[in-house]
Amino acid sequence: MKIARDEVVYVSHLARLVFDGDEIERFTTQLNSILLYMEKLGQVDTEGVLPLTNAFGAANAFRPDTVADPLSEESSLAMAPEARGGLFVVPRVIE
Amino acid sequence: MELHALTIHELQEKIRNREAKPSEIVRSVFKRIEAVESKVNAYLALNESEALALADRQDQEVAAGRGRPLTGIPIALKDILCTKGQKTTCASRILANYVPPYDATVVARLKEKGAIIIGKTNMDEFAMGSSTENSAFGITRNPWDLNRISGGSSGGSAAAVAADECIAAVGTDTGGSIRQPAALCGVVGMKPTYGRVSRYGLIAFASSLDQAGPLTKDVEDCAIMMNVLAGYDPKESTSVPLAVPDYRSFLGRGVEGWTIGIPKEYFVAGIDREMARRVREAQGVLEAAGARCVEVSLPHSEYCVAVYYIIAPAEASSNLARYDGVKYGYRTGKGEDLLAMYKNTRAEGFGAEVKRRVMLGTYALSSGYYDAYYKKASQVRALIKRDFDRAFEQCDLLLTPTTPTAAFAIGEKTGDPLTMYLSDICTISANLAGIPALSAPCGFTAEGLPLGIQFLAPHFEEGRLLQAGFAYEQETRGEKRKPVL
Repeated sequence: MKIARDEVVYVSHLARLVFDGDEIERFTTQLNSILLYMEKLGQVDTEGVLPLTNAFGAANAFRPDTVADPLSEESSLAMAPEARGGLFVVPRVIE
Repeated sequence: MELHALTIHELQEKIRNREAKPSEIVRSVFKRIEAVESKVNAYLALNESEALALADRQDQEVAAGRGRPLTGIPIALKDILCTKGQKTTCASRILANYVPPYDATVVARLKEKGAIIIGKTNMDEFAMGSSTENSAFGITRNPWDLNRISGGSSGGSAAAVAADECIAAVGTDTGGSIRQPAALCGVVGMKPTYGRVSRYGLIAFASSLDQAGPLTKDVEDCAIMMNVLAGYDPKESTSVPLAVPDYRSFLGRGVEGWTIGIPKEYFVAGIDREMARRVREAQGVLEAAGARCVEVSLPHSEYCVAVYYIIAPAEASSNLARYDGVKYGYRTGKGEDLLAMYKNTRAEGFGAEVKRRVMLGTYALSSGYYDAYYKKASQVRALIKRDFDRAFEQCDLLLTPTTPTAAFAIGEKTGDPLTMYLSDICTISANLAGIPALSAPCGFTAEGLPLGIQFLAPHFEEGRLLQAGFAYEQETRGEKRKPVL
């Protein structure tokens, strides 16, 4: 086993997801078979190889700090499930 | 032939010669959609009234001699590209009612050049999939055989082009999502070099791999679309400020004197015999046109799928963290506190494949596993890119199958995610290395299903792909067929 049931539950918390019992079982089985397949990367000698994150080797992309038209408050809030008084409304965070 | 069955360049000529008006073209396409869409299900939304109103205005423009490069051309957009004031869902319940306040740069560029956006096409949810079976809003069927998948994730775009439900389409490609459906539906598809086309307004899946590109009826149309889509965008910091050539200028130059590499690792187990034979035939066609074909080796090819399914889910798990039920999108009615609201919103809003990848990516990035998975995969990615750099020292271009097999049956691979992932084996490497790749139709199986060959070129050498693709297409034109719907 690459990943156990309780680890799947823990990762689901990190991922801000929640599963029922059957889903946990199914994901545990599927993630195990995928992670077993990933083991083949262990065959590759990567000693001293720098990780590649941008295929074209881009570095910082600077631009002049000029003010442009931002999205209006109205259109920024237009798609919110709940908004009031120019703010996004969420369940109470601080008691 | 009816107008909807024509290519961009054929319609441009008709418009120029006053043989067709934008309004007639748009009407013809909507008539075709009405006739076949119930079978194919390529679209998630159509803009009929806006498209017709715009086409009527363009009739005047054309009459006044003010036509632009894509005036009167009906284009379909994958529903991952933001369209101002028009729903953009990513085929996900979580964005089912999302209306973006801005256009993606590629959309703005198309509109500026006169293109008529006729609708948004179906896809795998958040572009995660190889069959369009992961759409929250139904499956797109292959126009060549309605019991088979259209490919994915840009399956709706490919099917719409193949079924003449649009003239050309835009898709996105993170691991083959333009090229694989293009091959399986018998159309042309190009993934440009990473950085060639702006990702601004392309809803992010895996940011170091995503690129938008065209799906078209032939190679010349692909060049026409690339002329509009390509170019630096100050709003997108990974787009590259390099001059864009006139892609049409590469057509007709031929491949005389070119060296074309055939990577031997692409002909191992799992590649259908008919597919392998088609690549050999294509090799013969290119040799007859004056190219020299040589066997090359990309030794790390067998690791591409493993590398991709660590890196792409890792980036996705981070990108998809934004769907929290606060700023836009779906919000659950369940959960008393903020954390429960987040979790229930995402559990109800995402489909199974998206959850699987978010889980996989979160695991690969989690404390204690980062080095074993994400870092290791990024190192092997460097070696995969180095394989290509070395191959391109000895050849101008590489030639491979686009897919291991023709389109598979609907439902055939949904039970086993890993089998589905392995269907991307020929296309993933181009995204990992950031290089451009083109899939072009190369004939049909005995059952009448289309197949595609793939050309790969060094960074920013899309012109070579078009040059070779056009030369190949000219030699094989006799095979042109349309699906019967």
